[in-house]
Amino acid sequence: MMEFHSLLSIRNLRTCFHTYEGVVTAVDGIDLEVYRGETLGVVGESGCGKSVTALSILRLLASPPAEIKGEILFEERDLLKMSVDEIREIRGNAISMIFQEPMTSLNPVLTIGEQISEAIRLHQGLTRQEAWAKAIEMLQMVQISSAEVRVNEYPHKLSGGMRQRAMIAMALSCHPRLLLADEPTTALDVTIQAQIVDLMERLKEEIHTSVLLITHNLGLIAEMARRVVVMYAGKVVEEALVEDLFSEPLHPYTQGLLGSIPWIGRKMETGRRQLQEIPGMVPSLLEMPEGCRFHPRCPRVMEVCKGEEPPLVQKEGRRILCWLWK
Amino acid sequence: MFQYVLKRLLSTLPVLIGISLLLFFMLRMLPGDPAQVLAGQMASQEDIQSIRQQLGFDKPIFVQFGLFLSRLIRFDLGRSARTQNPVLEEIGSRLPNTVLLAVAAITLACLFGIPAGIISAVRRYTWIDYLFTSMALFGISMPVFWLGLMLVVVFSVLLKWLPAGGTGSFKHIILPSFTLAAFVVAFITRMTRASMMEALSQDYITTARSKGLKEQMVIIKHALKNALIPIITVVGLQFGLLLGGAVLTETVFAWPGMGRLIVDSILARDYPVIQGAILIFGLLYILVNLVVDLIYAYIDPRIRYDGRK
Repeated sequence: MMEFHSLLSIRNLRTCFHTYEGVVTAVDGIDLEVYRGETLGVVGESGCGKSVTALSILRLLASPPAEIKGEILFEERDLLKMSVDEIREIRGNAISMIFQEPMTSLNPVLTIGEQISEAIRLHQGLTRQEAWAKAIEMLQMVQISSAEVRVNEYPHKLSGGMRQRAMIAMALSCHPRLLLADEPTTALDVTIQAQIVDLMERLKEEIHTSVLLITHNLGLIAEMARRVVVMYAGKVVEEALVEDLFSEPLHPYTQGLLGSIPWIGRKMETGRRQLQEIPGMVPSLLEMPEGCRFHPRCPRVMEVCKGEEPPLVQKEGRRILCWLWK
Repeated sequence: MFQYVLKRLLSTLPVLIGISLLLFFMLRMLPGDPAQVLAGQMASQEDIQSIRQQLGFDKPIFVQFGLFLSRLIRFDLGRSARTQNPVLEEIGSRLPNTVLLAVAAITLACLFGIPAGIISAVRRYTWIDYLFTSMALFGISMPVFWLGLMLVVVFSVLLKWLPAGGTGSFKHIILPSFTLAAFVVAFITRMTRASMMEALSQDYITTARSKGLKEQMVIIKHALKNALIPIITVVGLQFGLLLGGAVLTETVFAWPGMGRLIVDSILARDYPVIQGAILIFGLLYILVNLVVDLIYAYIDPRIRYDGRK
């Protein structure tokens, strides 16, 4: 196995929001490692803290109400300890981000070219014309046809898929070392999704960028990621190589997630009549259950799970947060 | 774009005809005989009758309206019943004062209101937001005549810095425009604050920040441009109203504007002047609206008036 060097290392990240109803801890002490050149998938249900993790990395959450604690080391520098100017130098340059909603993530009153070139001008010190030429080049790179025309257009004239391409062009324009992709394909049609996945795969190779891929789509993870982290209610419950996770999920929650993927032919193989579902709901962040956070929904719950927080078990290069594997 | 402007200008014609129709008949429903008012209390029946004939009030009302329209087409608004001067001359001597005052007041209001609204939205729920918001509330609740009088007391009577009324120099316009602006600024501040808060909560603001842009850049370039539409609407509406004249302020500062002209003419039943002034007011209001619509299209590329996509 080839040697991987750490690019981003998150230690004991805790992000909470001070609200009128109390303190909401969206991310509760997670550890993550992204190595150079790899794609790390982060998967989990809505509200498990995936997006908040990504926004915490670039410190894009308004503070207050948000409060971010822990360590986020990027190339050995703690992003959380940086001054505002230093983190701004990182944003859009060394680390950039793609968002879920291409419809609302682009500014409706600025041209595509302006939105791409402003980051180029800012971080690479190019002149207006040079940055504009680079913006056209980026649009060609993400395979937008007649880029010289599109660059002058406003977002409302572009389809959802085109906007997401423009968004990717914008995020990659300064050749970031790390790309945070927060549900990059969720809002798109399936055929467009496939195109965007291919595009991201190709560009990742071209630009040598590492990717933190956040999604609830396990198919996308299987396609793009090398390792995967499963999050539940603000905690990392399992971490493994993609092949290992799909062939042998260890945490009951991961098993539940994989069981809920529709799979043609499964009925014949296993005789199951319907998709498995995970019973119950994700707990409210304001009222976390005692002990293991998954225990009210866990099919293999034990007495100990209800009272005590589960230990983090290291097993064959995997991490599982569960009493079952103690 | 040119076609759109032309179409909009042509469509003002039916509106103006509508205004003149309503105006003409509503005026004639006012109680009191204009000939009687003009002739005075002591006038004899013969005098009143001759004034009535002179002004054409003895003819049937539809004939009067026909005459009025036929003169209107020739841009002849008639003569004032009070002063015998042509109505256009009467309006011409007042309108520049009103436009001057309206422009000064709206400029002052924007210069203060828009930055105050932006700062309030960015620093929401801090002392500076509360300060600006309460100032806006203060401005909106203060009666204009009272504020005007207080300003006169302080700056003219006590400090003797500025004239108490009249026109003629830059100094004369300071107090009345300030008085009017205090009222308008409240609307602009509140609208800017609300609109900026809305814009700042949008996804594209997070995108802009994720690119590493400076916060000022995010606020001015990305948020403000999106927040401008409602602000322009309020500014346009207020400006349109100011062009109609500000009777109270004009009265306090003895400012010879359209507001006082209209009120004085109504009191004197000077039909030609009332008709002319209100028609001009209607026309200006329509023009201001047209300009506001054109500014919309300039700011927001999603709004296009030429019918093409």
